[in-house]
Amino acid sequence: MNSVMEFFRTTGGLLGLFMETLYWCKSAIRNSDKVFAQLYIIGNQTLPVGALIALFSGGVLALQAGPTLAQFGLEENVGGLVGLSLVKEIGPIMASILIAGRVGSAMTAELASMSVYEEIDALKTMDINPIRYLVMPRFIATVIALPVLVIYMDVIGWFGGALVSVVNPEIHLSFDVYYRNLSELVDFTAVMNGLIKSMFFGIIISIVCCYVGLKTKGGPREIGYSVTKAVVMSFVLVLVSDYYITRILLFLNLD
Amino acid sequence: MERKIQEQNTNNNLSGTMSSTQQNGSGRVLLDYLKCAAVGVSIENIQRSFGDNYVLRGVTLDIEPRETVVILGKSGSGKSVLMRHIIGLECPDSGHIFVAGEDINDPDFKKNHVLAMVFQSSALFNSLSVAENVALYLREHKIFAEESRIKEIVSSALDIVGLQGKEDVMPSQISGGMKRRVAAARALVMNPDIILFDEPTAGLDPMMTRTMGDLIRGLNDKVEITQIVVTHDIDLAFYVADRIAILSEGQILEVGTPDQIRSSTNSGVIDFIKPQFE
Repeated sequence: MNSVMEFFRTTGGLLGLFMETLYWCKSAIRNSDKVFAQLYIIGNQTLPVGALIALFSGGVLALQAGPTLAQFGLEENVGGLVGLSLVKEIGPIMASILIAGRVGSAMTAELASMSVYEEIDALKTMDINPIRYLVMPRFIATVIALPVLVIYMDVIGWFGGALVSVVNPEIHLSFDVYYRNLSELVDFTAVMNGLIKSMFFGIIISIVCCYVGLKTKGGPREIGYSVTKAVVMSFVLVLVSDYYITRILLFLNLD
Repeated sequence: MERKIQEQNTNNNLSGTMSSTQQNGSGRVLLDYLKCAAVGVSIENIQRSFGDNYVLRGVTLDIEPRETVVILGKSGSGKSVLMRHIIGLECPDSGHIFVAGEDINDPDFKKNHVLAMVFQSSALFNSLSVAENVALYLREHKIFAEESRIKEIVSSALDIVGLQGKEDVMPSQISGGMKRRVAAARALVMNPDIILFDEPTAGLDPMMTRTMGDLIRGLNDKVEITQIVVTHDIDLAFYVADRIAILSEGQILEVGTPDQIRSSTNSGVIDFIKPQFE
């Protein structure tokens, strides 16, 4: 019974925080310095690691699919396969996991620490709304940064796939063939599909991580629990929502 | 008698923190800016429980304008919870708190009154410098259009708390006592009607404890702002208080001037204020 109550309380809390954050987006321009600061933090924390992950993910996609396709004489389709897999599914999911793990965990830890050490209370006593001051900039920055990171990782992933396709003797494809097939199959709709997904994932990650952080009470041990809880909850919600968003996009003929 | 002499000495030392800064002019800027409204607080039968734990059991206390009242009690007596109710961070199960006749839970209360609090943990933002912490309220509420005016007020506030020249230092680079004073400066620049201090000397060494005591007393003397101090530090309570309220198990045991509390015949009060080591 308690866990059912907790489920509804958390769901209500997340929706409430989301609505309130949307409301405070009206003051985004006034707080643009905070949004840019968060964007800088996100970029700083994710771009180098994102490049590494994307390079090898694209490479491994080509490595797995290339030789099999080559057996049937279909190796020229590697570019399209890698490109589509990355833009539609692997790119948004990888970028989301990276953002949740590196940025979301830091958000939760920071807000949880602020809750535990009375800094959130201090904001309230100064009549500074913590949602406006802390959550809204992180929310906007994540929703903007995640699609950008997806595009960045897609491009590097394509390059990783190309590199393996050219170098691997079992595939042995030229750059030209790889990119021709990729550009034939990866159209604007496919790219938008990934970007729409990643925007939703950005909403989920920022709201979950901020919510868990703000609700933290206790001491340093609880901060650690909160970080784990926020990251796991973000992963689960991203993967579950991925299925439903894909269904909706298919229904809308956007997939 | 010995205590009286000790008090006299500390009174003389008090001139240290506040007055010298005012005389040299920099602290004057903030004092001129502060328009402390003389507001009183009326706490009426506040009750609050957390589950089966009844923390406040009908607390009633009147605080006069420009008075420094110390709420004194042992750990777990409900002092900090009462403080959080006064500042509006908690809502009581029953009872009301009025500031200048207005219920603090009225939606319009914050439009008319500013209450500032110095937290036990100081609650400074680690990502902001000392000056940015102090200026936060002024910047977020756009109190001044000119950045130069904000800097002037911040510098003056830091001067008053004895931290001139520490503007660019980060909170992680200063001691607990200095953090507490930055928090006091942050509270002061809010131009509050009331300042609340939650355990202002907890975890501080005797020198810093004295400095905080001087600061609170200096504010009472020079700014004449209504102050509420929650502490279990008996020496501090007798040093800064116009009146002391002894809180025990969620109830006010006795309220009186330091002299009245010293001569109290209430056994609970006697037990609490008697010296720990003789």
